[in-house]
Amino acid sequence: MVSAVVFLPLLGALYLLFIPSQQEEKIRQYALGTALLTFLISLGLLTGFDSDTADFQFVSQANWIEDFGIQYAVGIDGISLFLILLTTFLTPLVLLASWGDIHTRVKEYQFFFLLLETGMLGTFVATDLFLFYVFWEVMLIPMYFLIGIWGGPRRIYAAIKFLLYTMVGSLLMLIAIVYLAYLHNVQHAVVTFDLLRLYDVSIPLETQRWLFAAFALSFAIKIPLFPFHTWLPDAHVEAPTGGSVILAGVMLKMGTYGFLRFALPLFPNAALEATPLIMTLAVIGIVYGALVAMVQPDLKKLVAYSSVSHLGFVVLGMFAFNVQGTEGAIYQMLNHGLSTGALFLLVGIIYEQRHTRLISEYGGLWKQVPVYASIFLFVMLSSIGLPGLNGFVGEFLILLGTFKANTLAGVIAVSGVVLGAVYMLWMFQRVIFGPLTNAANQTLRDLNRREILIFVPILVLMLFMGLYPNPFLSRMEKSVEATLARIEQSSVVSTASVATPSSKEH
Amino acid sequence: MPITLPPINWLSVLPSGLLALTAILVLFWDLWIREEDRPQIAWLVVTGFVATGILSAILWGRTDSSGPLALDSYALFFNCIFCLAGSLTTLMSGTYLEMTKIRQGEYYALVLFAAVGMVLMAAATDLITIFLALETMSIAVYVLAGIWHQRLASNEAALKYFLLGAFASGFLLYGMALVYGATGSLQLASIAEHISANGSSTLLLVGMGLLLVGFGFKVAAAPFHVWTPDVYEGSPTTITAFMAVGVKAAAFAAFARVFLHTFDAVHTEWEGIVWGIAVLTMTVGNLTALVQTNIKRMLAYSSVAHAGYLLVAMVAGKDLGGAALMYYLVAYGFMNLGAFGVVVALSQQGSPDEQNEELSDYNGLGFRYPALGMAMAIFMLSLTGVPPLVGFTGKFYVFSAAVKAGYIWLAVIGVLNSAVSAYYYIRVIVHMYMQDSEHSLDIQALRPALTAAIVIAAAGTILLGLFPSASVSLARESFLSLG
Repeated sequence: MVSAVVFLPLLGALYLLFIPSQQEEKIRQYALGTALLTFLISLGLLTGFDSDTADFQFVSQANWIEDFGIQYAVGIDGISLFLILLTTFLTPLVLLASWGDIHTRVKEYQFFFLLLETGMLGTFVATDLFLFYVFWEVMLIPMYFLIGIWGGPRRIYAAIKFLLYTMVGSLLMLIAIVYLAYLHNVQHAVVTFDLLRLYDVSIPLETQRWLFAAFALSFAIKIPLFPFHTWLPDAHVEAPTGGSVILAGVMLKMGTYGFLRFALPLFPNAALEATPLIMTLAVIGIVYGALVAMVQPDLKKLVAYSSVSHLGFVVLGMFAFNVQGTEGAIYQMLNHGLSTGALFLLVGIIYEQRHTRLISEYGGLWKQVPVYASIFLFVMLSSIGLPGLNGFVGEFLILLGTFKANTLAGVIAVSGVVLGAVYMLWMFQRVIFGPLTNAANQTLRDLNRREILIFVPILVLMLFMGLYPNPFLSRMEKSVEATLARIEQSSVVSTASVATPSSKEH
Repeated sequence: MPITLPPINWLSVLPSGLLALTAILVLFWDLWIREEDRPQIAWLVVTGFVATGILSAILWGRTDSSGPLALDSYALFFNCIFCLAGSLTTLMSGTYLEMTKIRQGEYYALVLFAAVGMVLMAAATDLITIFLALETMSIAVYVLAGIWHQRLASNEAALKYFLLGAFASGFLLYGMALVYGATGSLQLASIAEHISANGSSTLLLVGMGLLLVGFGFKVAAAPFHVWTPDVYEGSPTTITAFMAVGVKAAAFAAFARVFLHTFDAVHTEWEGIVWGIAVLTMTVGNLTALVQTNIKRMLAYSSVAHAGYLLVAMVAGKDLGGAALMYYLVAYGFMNLGAFGVVVALSQQGSPDEQNEELSDYNGLGFRYPALGMAMAIFMLSLTGVPPLVGFTGKFYVFSAAVKAGYIWLAVIGVLNSAVSAYYYIRVIVHMYMQDSEHSLDIQALRPALTAAIVIAAAGTILLGLFPSASVSLARESFLSLG
């Protein structure tokens, strides 16, 4: 079933190739249909999910490259479940939005988007490190095309920068993966890339540091953690709306997910050792992202930098190493996917009409486009964490977890929350309130039915997640606890084994 | 006095004999064939290559290393690479030859003779046979490089390749003489015995160094690669494809047999220098490729870079490196032949002067000719090493061999190089998909043969990437046949 969810978009994409590219409407419908069907099937994962176990569920396995012990192995647990649903949820919405801004090379756009969905889903479900790496890289290519073909004026620069940045990080991770499998082979005489079996490798601290560094670099670039964030504003600003939504909504979470699934449990000692450093970077990211966002004249750049800030919270929560922090981090990943995705969609809608994203060009939109403005208000409030909406739950849990682990980081992070409210509200005030001075804005039209249809599910989910987080948190709980226990336990075990000289295999 | 014939193992001569026979048939047929039927020769050539490939597959698993030509899975595996290169090159050649007015009979016969040299090189088990095979191959390829004699660049390519190649042959031969002096034998097996019994000596080391120069030239390793760009650019594109894959694979076949097998006992003596050459080759190849604007030159430097990755496998040594090297050559064969196939498809559209070889000629290709653009994009991504294409599996194999053999830094340098290479391969995609063309490129319908060549290469690139299991174990078992 997991495989069906992962590969259905790919099948749809391949089918699109056989439709003549003139039949744009048909192509759009097929692509949307594929994405919706994928979403419906993925709902089956939710209903069939057993929240009483931390094991991988819906597992399927097959040998892939026997000489290297590589398997096609997929499965989901409480950590990946909702990220998968987020992906399948956002993709149809984004395809629906493409009616508005994609008018050239429609077929290729839909093709790459479906390909991208397969790549993202595969990354979340892979439980074999080689397979994970394959999907991780596969995901890059469609996004590269999306930015490079349908992006803004500096799209080529942005696309290449995005690709090279992520590739450098991930290639080093590949070496680390190979080395890890090699260590497992030395210790257990079995060649495997199976995550669960690689958890058993006991790694000397010195080696752990290197391996953790390789994984962490790759994930930190993806998140992006300060100071590896410089590709992000370029990629976001140049990407088409749909690209930005998926980039911010799902792809940035690959990094945080990677930490939680791979880097932390595999190399717990090194991770604990690096915690002060990473927490510092996260806190810097929170404040820096917020401050830079505040002074941006460009709406999209503002949202892009707000992502740096928000993802800083997620990292902070993860590195608190307690249940609240980690659950908050996962929750915040979902929130950020919804709210930032929605913000990019909103920016995209006025950009389609005015072809500018400068804040100073707007003002007083409330009177002109009231529905648009109220949805904007709702999304903005969710983004700054208003109690009752989803953002609040995530931030609250993260801060709770952080204060337990590191008071200072918690205090600074709180200031980030305040700053977040400041730049968002200020932007909102300049764009929506005030007199309608710019005559060009008088021709703006309000949301049409298609656009409202895009936002309704997002808003409903925001409200639901804000008021009633329990169904989400309870499903995460067992997996989060298991991961934390693994970090704690293996850090104890390998600390002990580091002391014995026999573990030095080189 | 009765003359006793030396025992001949006919099976080990069969693959090269079959190719030589085809070559002779081509020469004769060319004498009588009517002008308008001449393109038919290509089918005979393809048949010869396919038959040799099938023959090698049938013989696979047999072992006999008594004579100067070994019959082992190692050589047979390489035969399949040569036959792949030969047949795809032939399939690509049709229209290109008509446009350039290259004489077809000679062209095809020389391709076959070069392939005979390659097959002999992979099977040769003594130094003299290696040298003779190398010269058989090289002389045919020198002529092929210059066979488009109306074109100045082609003449230049041939002359440059010949002069530098002759020089490199001198190094190789002198190295062989010194190795003979040090070990008292030209047979690889006896050399290996002598080395494992007596260890290395200064004479042997110098001999090995000179051999390294000779092989380094043929595989286009830095700093012996300077001929590559000019020769690759000037030669007819189909021949460039053949050289980039066939000649490189043949040179690596002999190189690996001598160094990974015969000189295995003194692996520690040469690994350092090969390590250095590998790093230099990867880095020089990739950095120089970054600034190229002519696609053939770009692919020339890319082939230098790939020689570097292959040298990484050499450094990793016998246990894993050998099989990784063989597998990588297959991967490289498919994706590189495919890329050249697309270059051929574009270049045969213009006049002989207008070769469409600049990167800017590729502007807008992706949308105007979606299938051709997609094929090129697949080849470029595979050359970059993006999963799940075969180039990735190849690199994974090579770098994991290096990591497992303890050369972690070498692997790190390797992957960083591959990140660099992403830039110039991706740039082709940028041109094809993200830039509009100033002049409209009109590609007439491709000949079925050329289409077939590109499709085969693309299918290999994708399928071997998705399902590498069988070919990986085949490469491993073939290398093990060396003993």
